[in-house]
This record gives sequence, structure tokens and C-alpha cells, in this order.
Amino acid sequence: MADKVPLPQTGDPALSLTLEGISLKPEKDQLGKRLSEFPWWFVAIILIAVGTAYIIVSNTNYREAFIFITAGLSITIITSLIAYVFALMLGLLTGLGRISRNVVLNNLATLYVELIRGIPMLVLIFFIALVGVPVVVDSINAIGRWFEQAGIPLVGTLLTSVNNQAVSMNVRAIVALSVTYGAFLAEIFRAGIQSIGRGQMEAARSLGMSYGQAMRCIILPQAIRNVLPALGNDFVAMVKDSSLVSLLAVRDISQVARLYAGRSFRFREAYITLSVMYLTMTVSLSLLVRVLERRLRHDR
Amino acid sequence: MRNDQCTGEERDNIIVVKNLHKHFGEVKALNGVNLTVERCKVVTIIGPSGSGKSTLLRCINYLETPTYGEVWIDGELLTRTQKQLNAVRTEIGMVFQLFNLFPHLTVLENVTLAQRIVRKRPLEEARSTAMEQLQRVGIPEKAGAFPAQLSGGQQQRVAIARALAMNPKIMLFDEPTSALDPEMIKEVLDVMLDLAKEGMTMVVVTHEMGFARAAADEIIFMDDGLIVEQTTPYDLFNNPQQERTKLFLSQILHK
Ligand SMILES: Nc1ncnc2c1ncn2[C@@H]1O[C@H](COP(=O)(O)OP(=O)(O)O)[C@@H](O)[C@H]1O
Ligand SMILES: [Mg+2]
Repeated sequence: MADKVPLPQTGDPALSLTLEGISLKPEKDQLGKRLSEFPWWFVAIILIAVGTAYIIVSNTNYREAFIFITAGLSITIITSLIAYVFALMLGLLTGLGRISRNVVLNNLATLYVELIRGIPMLVLIFFIALVGVPVVVDSINAIGRWFEQAGIPLVGTLLTSVNNQAVSMNVRAIVALSVTYGAFLAEIFRAGIQSIGRGQMEAARSLGMSYGQAMRCIILPQAIRNVLPALGNDFVAMVKDSSLVSLLAVRDISQVARLYAGRSFRFREAYITLSVMYLTMTVSLSLLVRVLERRLRHDR
Repeated sequence: MRNDQCTGEERDNIIVVKNLHKHFGEVKALNGVNLTVERCKVVTIIGPSGSGKSTLLRCINYLETPTYGEVWIDGELLTRTQKQLNAVRTEIGMVFQLFNLFPHLTVLENVTLAQRIVRKRPLEEARSTAMEQLQRVGIPEKAGAFPAQLSGGQQQRVAIARALAMNPKIMLFDEPTSALDPEMIKEVLDVMLDLAKEGMTMVVVTHEMGFARAAADEIIFMDDGLIVEQTTPYDLFNNPQQERTKLFLSQILHK
């Protein structure tokens, strides 16, 4: 039917082997096919993780590095999670703006997406944290002073009481990641909405639903379902990119690993442990995304 | 069970279309259509592909905004005001060629959703209205199914039930059977015939001549964005006045 949209591509079909258990058929060519399709890379990753885990348990230097770096784990996770939630909201709003027929909203949304996509992420993180946030805070202060002069001291004091020193680097890092990923997620939402056939909106409107009602009850539920895997993949990407906030001296695992290496000169221990920690997080999240993809396909 | 409004002698024009033009860029889909539809009447529209039949139907409920011209529904001139359009569309059911059921909702939810959020009916009332309509189209047992689990004919009947559940004054059908396998056409046409007998005002784009003969009070032949001929089905089939109409009829009747 015209309104059926193909689901986003599922990745490696061979992964089903690791998920559903291996049931090798006796036929020879079948065996050869299975062997060549078997996700050896995944076994290798497991071996690397298990090997590193063993070294961490048995080798005191590695154990020390691991314990030191683990101190940054909660910052990495919390920063990624909070930033992702904000990026989702920002992305949804911007995605809606991108498809809006309102010229102002549409151009604002497009401007934001193009600005973010045109600047390297490293520069963006610095820019948003060290320029963007202070400018916004200064503007809030200015508005607060205006309120005070206008004789509304309550609101005025509230707005002037925010100051740049009070906005910690952790918060700025979250803002920077949210704003950056908001633009990426906006494009995912936009593509998802556009993947839903025109007939759905028309049927909804012909029943008297407003644009907002049709969007909320008919278009978005289908669109979001279609892009869930893409959204999941971008969460994995964000976990990795959260390492950039270490440049703002936020004590995530990258930052504490750098501190550890600089202090102890045990570069191998620090960076092998750090890499495996990221890998463990991203590979297990990717697996979750793939399981989700299969679920969605089966539900059809 | 005739519609109460169909009993009197005097019947007003529930749809009035005046000098309607619709352009899509260079393409002129409608070139000055005038049409009146009396309450309780059934009008069918035939014509070659691309002649503007769908566009006319979609301008009647402003799914397409006309480039020029007026549409009056039940005495009210349509404007671009969203609030007015939402209210007017609530009174006009529309059935599409490709059904356009909401695939993420069950059949029952398809039929209750707009009743709930547009008509603001309480859940119980919306459910019982929905079941009534599903009963009428003959598939109450599919209430819990998803659209993808239904045949084309069943999906189209659900789409009709979904529109009827809003208690519209007018029903628009855009080639409701042309996407169906031949063996499913009858079950949909039967529902439409019943509806016509009950006195629903209907505008139906279709090439099902059997339906036109049996149910239509008037039949319209369109070509090039214009109404070429408008008369009773009997006269159109037996005594077409225009050459274009004759040509078209000879093409579709000898298929
Ligand atoms: N959304 C649209 N954008 C551009 N052209 C359109 C659109 N809808 C219809 N048309 C054009 O308008 C003309 C009439 O179309 P339509 O009303 O769908 O004809 P019919 O339903 O009689 O086959 C055709 O030439 C078609 O290509
Ligand atoms: Mg058409």
C-alpha cells in the first residue's frame, strides 16, 4: 500500500546468530555460508572485553587505572542522558519547524540545523560553552535589570541573580551537547515525518482534526516508531562524542583518564582501559538498538 | 430509515460551488467549475484520468485550497480560517481510493479517535457509535484487528465507518473501489448503496456504472477541469449530448 514505508535498514543479518542461538544445518554449503556470515567481529570484541577484564583483575597497574577512571563514569552517563533528553525535545521542535509552512519557523529551524552542521563539533562545544552560554546569561541579566528599573523587582532579582560563574562547566557541557545533537536529531525527526504518506495527514484533517492533533495522534506516533533505530544510533554517537566535554575540564571518563595518564605516565593502562570502557558501552547499546529494530519489524 | 431532513418537499442546496479554479503551478486542474448538490441527493462524477475529479472533491472540503472561486457548505462560505475548516470538515466525511486507515491504531481506535478528540464524545459513547457503524458496514468482529490484517474491501468499509461515526451531513468518495480486487468491489458498493437509500448526501467519483445507475440522482462528466455534462444517469448513458461524453462512454463501456 502507498502508505507503507520501508523500515530503516537493519544492519548485519548475521547478527541473528548470536541473538537466536546457532542452529547449524548439516548441509555442507549451508555450513560454509553460516561460517562466512558468522559475526566474527563480535566474538573478537567480546574477547577483547573479556581479556581486558581479566587483565584489570589480575594486573595491579590496570586495576588502579580502572578504579581511577571509573570515577568519571557517572559524569559520562549522566551528561549523555540529560543532554540526549534535551536534544530529543529540541530536535522534535526543530524537525517540526523544518516541515512547517510558516516561513519564520521554517527558516529559523533551517538556520539552526545548517549552522550546527557547518561547524566542527569540537569548535561547537567550545563555542557554545564559552561564548553561547555567557551571552545568554548576560542577556538574561540585562532583561532582569530592565525589570528592576520597570519596578518589578521580584522578577528582576530572579533574573539578575544568575551569573556566569554559577553556571558550571558540567551544565555548559550538557547545553553544548544538547544544542549540537538537537540539530542532528531534528533531521531524523524530519525524515521520519516525511516518510509518512500524505494520505495520513489528509485522512486525519478530513475528519476535522487540527494540524496539531493530526501530528500528535497520527503522524508522530508512526514517524517516531520508524526512526527509533536511528534515534538509538545517535544516542550511541552521543555517548562517544561526550568525550569532547573533557576539553571543558568536565571530569568524565576521558578527562580522568587523561589526568591519570599525565600523572602516572601509564599511557597504555589509561587509554586501553578507557577505550574498552567506551567500547563496552557503545557495543551493548548498539546491540539493544538492533534488538529493537527486529522487534519493530516483527510487529508489522 | 430515511434521513429526517429528506422528508420535506423543499430541499436546499447543501453544496454550492461557484466558478472554482485550482492551479498547481502551470497545471490548471479546475477551470471554473459550477456545481450545486441538493440535500439528500447522490451525485456521481466520471471523467478521464487527470480531468480534475479528485481536485474538485478535495476543494469541497478544502483539503486543497482553491485558487479562485467559492465553496458554500450548508449555507456557509468557506474561508481559509482553520477553525472554520475544522468544524466544516467534521460535517463532511471523506473516503479515499487508498483507504488511508491509521495503521498504528486498531479498527476500533480508527473509528473512535476523531469522535473523541474532535467531537469530544466520552469514551463509552464513541465506542458504541463506532460499533454501530462497524455493524452497519458488516465487520464488527474486526474491531480489535489492525488495518494491515484486513483485506482491501474490509479496510475500505472501516474507512467508511470511520467517516460515518462523525455523523457527517455529506459524504465524499474518491474512487473508493478502484484500488480493490474485483471480488471485493461489491461489498463496498453495497454499503454505499445502503447509505444512498438512507438519504445521505453523497458526491462519488467512480467509474462503477452499476452504482451510478442504481443510486445516482445526477451524473457529471468532467474533462479538462470543467463540467462537460450534468444530467440523470439514464440520459447520460442513453442520450449523451456532447461529443467528448460519447467518446468517453464508448471507451469505458466497451472495456
Ligand atoms: N498536488 C498536486 N500537485 C500538482 N499537480 C496536481 C496535484 N494534484 C493534481 N494535480 C494535477 O491536476 C490535474 C487533475 O488531477 P486530479 O484532480 O487528480 O484528476 P483526476 O482525479 O480526475 O484523475 C492533473 O493534471 C494532476 O496531475
Ligand atoms: Mg483522482
